[in-house]
Order: sequence, then structure tokens, then C-alpha cells
Amino acid sequence: MKELVEYIAKSLVDSPEAVTVTEVEGDRSIVLELRVSPEDMGKVIGKQGRIAKAIRTVTKAVATREGKKVIVEIIQ
Amino acid sequence: MRVIEKSGKTIDDAVKAALLELNLTESEVEIEILEEPKNGFLGFIGGKDALVRVSEKENNNNKINDFLQILFEKMSLNPEISINEVDGNILVNLQGEDLGILIGRRGETLDSLQFLVNLFVNKSSENYKKVIIDIEDYRKKRENTLYSLAEKLSNKVKKTGRKISLEPMSPQERRIIHMALQENKSVNTYSEGEEPFRKVVIAPKRNY
Repeated sequence: MKELVEYIAKSLVDSPEAVTVTEVEGDRSIVLELRVSPEDMGKVIGKQGRIAKAIRTVTKAVATREGKKVIVEIIQ
Repeated sequence: MRVIEKSGKTIDDAVKAALLELNLTESEVEIEILEEPKNGFLGFIGGKDALVRVSEKENNNNKINDFLQILFEKMSLNPEISINEVDGNILVNLQGEDLGILIGRRGETLDSLQFLVNLFVNKSSENYKKVIIDIEDYRKKRENTLYSLAEKLSNKVKKTGRKISLEPMSPQERRIIHMALQENKSVNTYSEGEEPFRKVVIAPKRNY
């Protein structure tokens, strides 16, 4: 799941080398913290959060199959 | 992207030699003529060969295919991917087992995936290409469902004389409803509300 978010983010930004995803596993859910370079924030969030929502939807689909709950957070 | 230069007796010969080396067809490359061939005295003395530069066109289909292959690998899915260009749009068709999770509720996941692929493809290229992804004809089936829904509800509106609001839909799906009823003599359609909860309303046409 971590690699999936990382791969999607890298494919959208201008500075893929600055993309990092850290996984924080809780009892019931996994939190994926996505960090990108400040200039690329808009590329992973989008107008009215459309891109962020799409990334979350695709990730959630995979998580559901594995019976997990995933939260993707974009960290400033 | 590969670029090579080739010479030959004629431009045609040079291009053919280049295509052979690149293993591509003429539609997959751009050809630039660097030197026109010249016939010398008596056809051989002082003659000059043609020189062409042949470069491989940036190929969207390969780009999308590679992107999706890796993406699906990370999702532990292995669908068969076929990509065709139709009317300037790129149609991606996915076939395989367990692709239900890629469609999601009312195609939500499929729309998200399609949105991300569009962003990726159009990030670096100047001419915008629309990518449409379909899974096991889901979109086609959904279109048929929406058509018959529109038909059914328009009859109800006609009978009762009351307007009906549909559930929230994506712009593409709303468009299908509008199209289905645009020729209808007894009802009008319009959309109301804000995205992502915008929905179609079917209302009786007023006859004055």
C-alpha cells in the first residue's frame, strides 16, 4: 500500500525524488503519511482536493480487499 | 526516444533503412529530410545520397501501458491491458478476474483511476489527450442502465406532472441522462447542486 501511494505521487509531481511515504500502523488502521516538495503540493492535492481524493479512493479499494483501513495524509 | 540518421539513394530508401533498423512503421516516427538526393553527371559522378533523420514519436500507448502495469503490480492485480486510440481519445480496456475492486461503488474507483491516469499522461505533453478506462464493459453497461432509467423516470414525470431528482452523479453520467432525454417532448432536464453532489432533475415540459 505504501509503495502504491508512493508510485502514484511520484508519477504526478515534478520532483519525484522528494516524495516520501511513511507508514504508521495503528490497531485498526494504517496511516500513510505522504510528503512532497512544497512546490508539488498542488499536484497531489488538486482543485478542491480532487487529486487527493482520487489517491485515497484507489488506495482504499486495495485496503478494503485486504480487510484494512487506510488513511492517506498529506503532510505540509 | 530513439533518433537515427540514415542515407540512401532516394529519400524513400533512406527512410526504409531507418525504419528497418528501428523496427517501427512510418506512422510511429517523425521524418526530417536533412539532404535531398542529387543526381550527378550521368547519374553517378558527383551524385549525392539523400540523408534523413528519423525519430520515434513519443508513444502515449506505451507510456500508459507501463504506468498501469506497475500500478497494478503494486495493487496485486494482473489484468490484461489493451489500449486503442479512437477519435483522438485513448481507450484503455481491462479484462481479468477480481477487477470489481477497481470499479468500486458506482464506478467511483474506476473514475479516480481514470482521473489519475489522465493527469499522468498529460503532465508532460502539450497536446491534451483524454484517456478513458473501461473494465469488462462496465461503462457500456452503465450507460445502458442510465438510458433505461431515464426512459422510465421520464414516463413517470409525464404521468404525474411532478419533477424527479436523481441521485448525485458524475458529469459523464449526468451527460448520458441529458442526452437520453434531449429529444423527449414531454420533459426537460437540468442539473442542480454543487459537485460532487450535483444531480439531474427531470421536470415536465410546460406547454403554453
